[in-house]
Amino acid sequence: MSQFLDMGGYAAFVWPSYAVTLAAIVLNIVWARRSLARSREEARRRLAMRAEER
Amino acid sequence: MTWTWFHRLASPPYIYALAARLTPWFAWPAALLIAGGLWGGLVLAPPDYQQGDGFRIIYVHAPSAWMSLMVYTTMAIAAAVGLIWRMKVAHAVAASCAPIGASFTFAALVTGALWGEPMWGTYWQWDPRLTSELVLLFLYLGYMGLRAGLDDTQRADRASAVLAVVGVVNVPIIHYSVTWWNSLHQAPSVMRLAKPTMAISMLVPLLMMLLGFTLFFVAILLVRLRGEVLSRERAASWIREVVSA
Repeated sequence: MSQFLDMGGYAAFVWPSYAVTLAAIVLNIVWARRSLARSREEARRRLAMRAEER
Repeated sequence: MTWTWFHRLASPPYIYALAARLTPWFAWPAALLIAGGLWGGLVLAPPDYQQGDGFRIIYVHAPSAWMSLMVYTTMAIAAAVGLIWRMKVAHAVAASCAPIGASFTFAALVTGALWGEPMWGTYWQWDPRLTSELVLLFLYLGYMGLRAGLDDTQRADRASAVLAVVGVVNVPIIHYSVTWWNSLHQAPSVMRLAKPTMAISMLVPLLMMLLGFTLFFVAILLVRLRGEVLSRERAASWIREVVSA
């Protein structure tokens, strides 16, 4: 296991590379869901305002 | 030939429902391929005879770099369709692409630097490939900044689309930079017309990652697209059903 983690001496380069890329994947999921939720909330607010005007 | 499919694709409620329905069909295969690719790349593939285990950075660097170019090309095509046919949904696709592309361009640059240091002896060099990839990041950021600066969505769509279309010249420059100029960066070993120059046990995990990342892009694009479509609709009655659910 420690041999695997050592990555033949390249651990300091291999693991940060994987960390950055996996962070990009996770952040994309979080940001996309948040952006959809925000748009839905805004649409809901627009509809509510329109209903009040009538 | 009938054009009904094209008109249906331009219909916001149809696109919204279709995007929601299709998302898991891209997300789950993406998750499986990336998990398999990670296992194959980190565990099963043998160390490289020159780079040892350092070569394993390829399994995150190459897919990120592929995303940076593929997402930009998708964005530019969608922007062009939006400009030519004045199609709101196409502009929504283009706007959805930018943050995805920017994040993977950033990942490609960082993983490239982390690979460059042990193999070339430098994190950064003003090299044609590296510099043109950095320009790509600025194109994405410029596109997003331009959109954020314009309150009117229609104006933001048109202005940012022009930037996206003009910026697409950078895509072939990045791809061919290693052939046209002397570059530190190696020439393509998979994305080429001839046979790939990698051993099969190293190649298969890489292909899984490339396909997995591509499907991941589509899944994220579909989620973002729903939000972008919603924000472009003012009074349409279908919105009421969608947001109250």
